[in-house]
Amino acid sequence: MQATAAAHTREGTLIIALGGDWSIDRAPPRFAHTVAKAVDSNGHAVQRVAFDARTLGRWDTSLLLFLMQGQQFCEQHALPCDTDALPEQLPRLLALARAVPERTQEAPPPPGVVTRVGLRALRLLGDLREAVTFLGQVALSAAGLVVRRTRLPWRDFWVVVQSNSSGALPIVTLIALLVGVIMAFLGVVVLKRFGAGYYVSYLVGFGMLREMGALMTGIIMAGRTGAAFAAELGSMKITEEIDAFTTLGIAPVDYLVLPRVLGIFCMMPLLTVYADFIGIAGGMLVSATLLDLSFRQFFSGLLAAVTISDALLGVLKGVVYGAIIGVAGCMKGLQTGADAGAVGRSTTSAVVLAITLIIMANAVIDWLAALLDV
Amino acid sequence: MSDPTTPAPRLEPRVPSRGNRDEVPAIEVRDLTMAYGDRVVMSDISFTVGRGEIFVIMGGSGSGKSTVLKHLTGLRTPATGTILFEGQAFSADDDDARRAVLQRMGVLYQNGALWSGLTLAENVGLPLREFTALNARDIAEITTVKLALVGLRGFEDYYPAAISGGMRKRAALARAIALDPDVLFFDEPSSGLDPVSASRLDDLILEIRASFSTTIVVVTHDLDSIFRIADRALFLDINERTMTALGPPSALRDHPPSAEVHRFLTRSSGGAP
Repeated sequence: MQATAAAHTREGTLIIALGGDWSIDRAPPRFAHTVAKAVDSNGHAVQRVAFDARTLGRWDTSLLLFLMQGQQFCEQHALPCDTDALPEQLPRLLALARAVPERTQEAPPPPGVVTRVGLRALRLLGDLREAVTFLGQVALSAAGLVVRRTRLPWRDFWVVVQSNSSGALPIVTLIALLVGVIMAFLGVVVLKRFGAGYYVSYLVGFGMLREMGALMTGIIMAGRTGAAFAAELGSMKITEEIDAFTTLGIAPVDYLVLPRVLGIFCMMPLLTVYADFIGIAGGMLVSATLLDLSFRQFFSGLLAAVTISDALLGVLKGVVYGAIIGVAGCMKGLQTGADAGAVGRSTTSAVVLAITLIIMANAVIDWLAALLDV
Repeated sequence: MSDPTTPAPRLEPRVPSRGNRDEVPAIEVRDLTMAYGDRVVMSDISFTVGRGEIFVIMGGSGSGKSTVLKHLTGLRTPATGTILFEGQAFSADDDDARRAVLQRMGVLYQNGALWSGLTLAENVGLPLREFTALNARDIAEITTVKLALVGLRGFEDYYPAAISGGMRKRAALARAIALDPDVLFFDEPSSGLDPVSASRLDDLILEIRASFSTTIVVVTHDLDSIFRIADRALFLDINERTMTALGPPSALRDHPPSAEVHRFLTRSSGGAP
């Protein structure tokens, strides 16, 4: 039987008759609707509110909700509310629900445009200060290693080295090969129009050694290793492992960050050289297939134009990218918040930050190289 | 005409149960063996939990208390044995029946397990939105009532990360009772709480039972809480790898069936009963 609530007035008392089974599975009656008719039609002044539960069946929270609306009605109209006829548990539950006063807080006025811009700028400044501080801590920790003040946890270092050497080769091979192939295809299509198909080797050589080898490896490793650093350290932050280091007097930067940053810092140049070779090999395959260029011709063309400084520039970029990936991943990991979604956010922002910084660093290094005529 | 002061009964479960409801215990466990792979954790566990009873599963750290709870709530399947929920074999049910049974249970996990991406109101309102036909306004109001019952009025828009551990636990309790469950499970309710907050949670457990006649199963090793709230308690012995005591806690303390039970209930580190 469905829940019912009917109101009538008698001698100044608004009596609410409750009946049927009250269940949260169905929309319960609303107190305001129930009393509206009775109060309007009679027009008598109501002096108190009472309940009649004689036909009340089974009940749950839905009845409690109705009664709380009734209590609110009584408070608004300064009427006494008589709950004596209700099942004994209900007045107790009503009291329990109101035992702790509602926490009210004044909503602050929404900030204006200027305030929002200012707050944003301050936050950016704060982030920048934090990043510079972290970079300084890593640099000091690395310097401490040189003067033997810091002890490097070698096991962690070798784990990072292994993960970023043999563990990274398959994906680096695939991407570098495809980049070399794409560049060669581009060269074949464009240069052939000018009868300069032979110069495909120049394009692939310069492109891979100066730019794409390091850049693509950097982007791959930012998504792979940078994200892993952020997730590892973020999880450790949530489980208070980082706090455990700090309270033991061990700097998390020395113990957790340095081996990771050094590991990727050492491996990135090697991976860059490897990606350069694979990319050039991919370009060579395309040249041989589409231009009937022999491997000897391809290499002689390549070596005639490309110098050792081109290769070293790429390796230098690899070193810089490695530092960026390590620092960005570890910094975002250590900045992880306390909730379950925080690790995901740290990981995402570590990858985005690393890729953004890699592209910016690439532009700066190219600009300096142009200035120095390298 | 009936007496207007006679309390009306609480609502029957949403899913009609088989047989005479009053004769069937809320939970019945028969010859339960729990195992992780080939490693048997506990065996020969049998007990029943009566309707409206507060039943405590106690034992030392690592004795398998939480594992029993996982079996009772369907998170793990028994290696052997049967678990009956109001006479129905819970583990063997099909998906729909299983879901229907789960809707009649509420669980308060050790760390609250509130969904961190949702506000407290959204946490409590989610089961109402999923399993009832209530509109958004009714859900919002019932959510407010549930939070008010656990003393968290006005915290509807807070995220779990922004409140204290004790408040998180109370909010999780509000979520556990969102659907007015027939059976409530508590996993170490007082862990991580100060004595006042732990005592307040015990009050709430007693109040929920008194008001809603809810059957309550509590896993704990908090002796104060055990003696305060439990009607009966089951002791899991880590050495024997089975249950070694079942009864009212004060009776077990006064007449301990084993030295281990005596040591546990009297906080002593050795000696015979």
